[in-house]
Amino acid sequence: MSRTTAAPAGRLAVSLHRIGKRFPGVVANHDVSFEVRQGTVHALVGENGAGKSTLMKILYGVHKPDEGTIEINAERVSFSSPTDAIGHGVGMVFQHFQLADNLTVLENVVLGAEKRHGIADAARAEIGRISTAYGFELDPDELVETLGVGERQRVEILKVLYRGASIIILDEPTAVLVPQEVEALFANLRELKREGNTLIFISHKLDEVLAIADEITVLRRGTSVATVLPGEVTSHDLAELMVGAELPSPSTEESTVTDDVILDVAGLTVSDAHGRPELADVSCTIRAGEVLGIAGVEGNGQTELVEAILGIRKALAGTITLAGADLSTWGTRRRRAAGVGYIPEDRQRHGLLLDAPLWENRVLGHQTRAPSSRGIWLDRRGARADAQRIVTDYDVRTPGIDTAARALSGGNQQKFIVGREMSGEPVLLVASHPTRGVDVGAQAAIWDHIRAARRRGLAVLLISADLDELIGLSDSIRVILRGRLVGEFDPQTVTPQQLGSAMTGASERTEEPV
Amino acid sequence: MTALRRGVLALAAPVLAFVVAAVVTSVVLLGTGDSPAEFWQVLLTVPAGRNIVNMVNFAAILYLSGLAAAIGFRMNLFNIGVEGQYRVATFAGALFAGQAFLPGALNTVASVLVAMAAGAAWAGIAGVLRVTRGVSEVISTIMLNAIALSLVAYLLRRVGNRIGQTIETDEIPSNAWVPGFSLVPGETAELYGLALLAVVAGVGFAVVLNRTRFGFELRATGYSESAAIASGVDVKRMVLYSMLLSGAVAGLIGMPELFGASHAYGSTIQTGIGFTGIAVALLGRNTPLGIAVGALIFAYLAQQASPLGITAGISPEIILVTQGVVVLSVVIAYEVVSRYRSRLEQSAVAAALEAERRHEEVAA
Repeated sequence: MSRTTAAPAGRLAVSLHRIGKRFPGVVANHDVSFEVRQGTVHALVGENGAGKSTLMKILYGVHKPDEGTIEINAERVSFSSPTDAIGHGVGMVFQHFQLADNLTVLENVVLGAEKRHGIADAARAEIGRISTAYGFELDPDELVETLGVGERQRVEILKVLYRGASIIILDEPTAVLVPQEVEALFANLRELKREGNTLIFISHKLDEVLAIADEITVLRRGTSVATVLPGEVTSHDLAELMVGAELPSPSTEESTVTDDVILDVAGLTVSDAHGRPELADVSCTIRAGEVLGIAGVEGNGQTELVEAILGIRKALAGTITLAGADLSTWGTRRRRAAGVGYIPEDRQRHGLLLDAPLWENRVLGHQTRAPSSRGIWLDRRGARADAQRIVTDYDVRTPGIDTAARALSGGNQQKFIVGREMSGEPVLLVASHPTRGVDVGAQAAIWDHIRAARRRGLAVLLISADLDELIGLSDSIRVILRGRLVGEFDPQTVTPQQLGSAMTGASERTEEPV
Repeated sequence: MTALRRGVLALAAPVLAFVVAAVVTSVVLLGTGDSPAEFWQVLLTVPAGRNIVNMVNFAAILYLSGLAAAIGFRMNLFNIGVEGQYRVATFAGALFAGQAFLPGALNTVASVLVAMAAGAAWAGIAGVLRVTRGVSEVISTIMLNAIALSLVAYLLRRVGNRIGQTIETDEIPSNAWVPGFSLVPGETAELYGLALLAVVAGVGFAVVLNRTRFGFELRATGYSESAAIASGVDVKRMVLYSMLLSGAVAGLIGMPELFGASHAYGSTIQTGIGFTGIAVALLGRNTPLGIAVGALIFAYLAQQASPLGITAGISPEIILVTQGVVVLSVVIAYEVVSRYRSRLEQSAVAAALEAERRHEEVAA
């Protein structure tokens, strides 16, 4: 890390000056400025919704900035399409791979770039050259569908290099990778850097950023707030820069946990379509008035646990009991009607009908119950009145309940979902990342609502990647790792460091039970 | 957004679409050396009373066909098989009615139900394939169309009677016929009695779609399948139900003419209505009222096509071009207007929030 503490010298590869971009109703970026030196890794960090992706799309020519200037290699540029960007040596590796599964590596790489080296031997030679130079270990004739995630990502990087890019934007490249693959990627990136390429690395995983970046620019609410050197900051400092001010520290008051067991999960096992285990023998109980927090690195079985409890995903083995009733054989609708509230991880895909008005979104997931329906009939008046109540009580900023859900900002969409899921006195709330991507004000409001419901005897299963949220809201914390619940911690005494090592499997031992 | 603005926006799309369709048709006419002026003169002549009756009869039939397609479209199911379902259902209904198992009106009612059941069953095959084996309903309904045509032709030869050049099922006893009623005073041509099925089906569709839980779940699945699943909607069951429903409505398409005019299923049955219904549904944006407008426009254009060749010397097939262009331009115009509308809505939200923030700042 020491070599990165000194500010890297060298000429500027990219210079963004006071970039601004507005979308209807949203200011995505304003007054963003930073500079990237050639042959360095520059990390761009910020919370979801901080404007990272928009900024990179501007740099890659997908969007045109409304104001500000871009310089590439000291030349003022204005891109109107990604083709322009590639022409100036700027390439982008998207988070969601853009590869044709039924084509080979070679075919994927040359697709759309046939003019560079043809589609035959010259192309093969060039791919071989790049692949060897950076240690990609890719066989040009292998079908992409047979490749693993890490290899596919290398194909994407190869595509960009093949097109002559020397400035490469990587949009959350580690989000889809397992730890070993992250290490391999970083090795590739260091190799790329050594060859004089410039890398812009977008992430919100601070440890990774600190490990790979030469410089870090922090974005908050669409604007660049600071550019720092990794040797001079801790991940806590970065987090503070990302959220502004001090980290919001939720804190639970005295315990409200009762003896009534609301949710009892025993031996829950879930496999994916290929029979690989996603959840292995998971057991936990949540009592009335208790918040059970589940910590873990994303992709360790959190989604599967939530979906198995909701009945969206089939369990291979195990039982789920809700307030004494075995709901293992129930469908999702019956489980929700029995009082399971659900704040989904991906609110836009699972929690809302984006093109439907808000009041119809009030009905979603509650279509079998008052005030949304009476018998087989929809109760329009009841649903409208209750949607209005949610808008008022939960401070949802909207012109009205006839506005389409799509028009609202993420935080207001989330507040509406929380309000909906809290209505009808649920007995269990399954909340996945309830404050992800929402602003600090909305976050505090959502926490308050969860605490208030907990005092009224609600049982909460809280999945979160935000350790402070977990520590502040939970009565006990379990860690999920590779589909198993591995540790149990008391939030009063646990430290983020202890949780962090349990989450990464650094310590396989189980802490003292609470 | 004000009500006025909303109203203007609602009208903008169809007006835009028709202007585009008129321009394109005129250009095509000029290209083929025909006179657009004569074309429009014929097309815009007020039709005679008899033609109005024919037009409304045809519109009722197209409406049922459009409705059948729209039920699937509302949840992103592309039932291309309305044509096959309509053939199978009309044949089954005619066959049943011709046997006169039941007396009079009872026979009529039972036959209509048999036709609906047959249409539903035929569509249900595609539904079951989709739900159990993941077969795309587009592919299966297209293939089922081909099978339906051959199957009905085969069965008709087995059970039908040869009358002159055609083969027909046994004629329905006259006590089961549904009398028509006069639409235009002093005109002998009558509206089919069962044309009223279109009204019943349209009202039923509107009520089910907008007022019931089932309709909500259907629309929710159309908006977002993933959100519907998370909300406890059994999407597979919804797919099956809406295919069945779509097929049942397709079963009604042949009824007005069967009980009002032809009284038998014969090889002269009107073809292609199931496909035109898809265009009508698209034109009507899958809403009950919109489809009615779409069906009337299509029927009007079809009705005005025949005098084209006689009075203006223009091939009536140009009307097919006009119909096609109307559908395309409607689809595009609505997309353009809806994007504009959602932009307006988002800036309205932003403006409201901005005003609120300013207000708070002033207060603070």
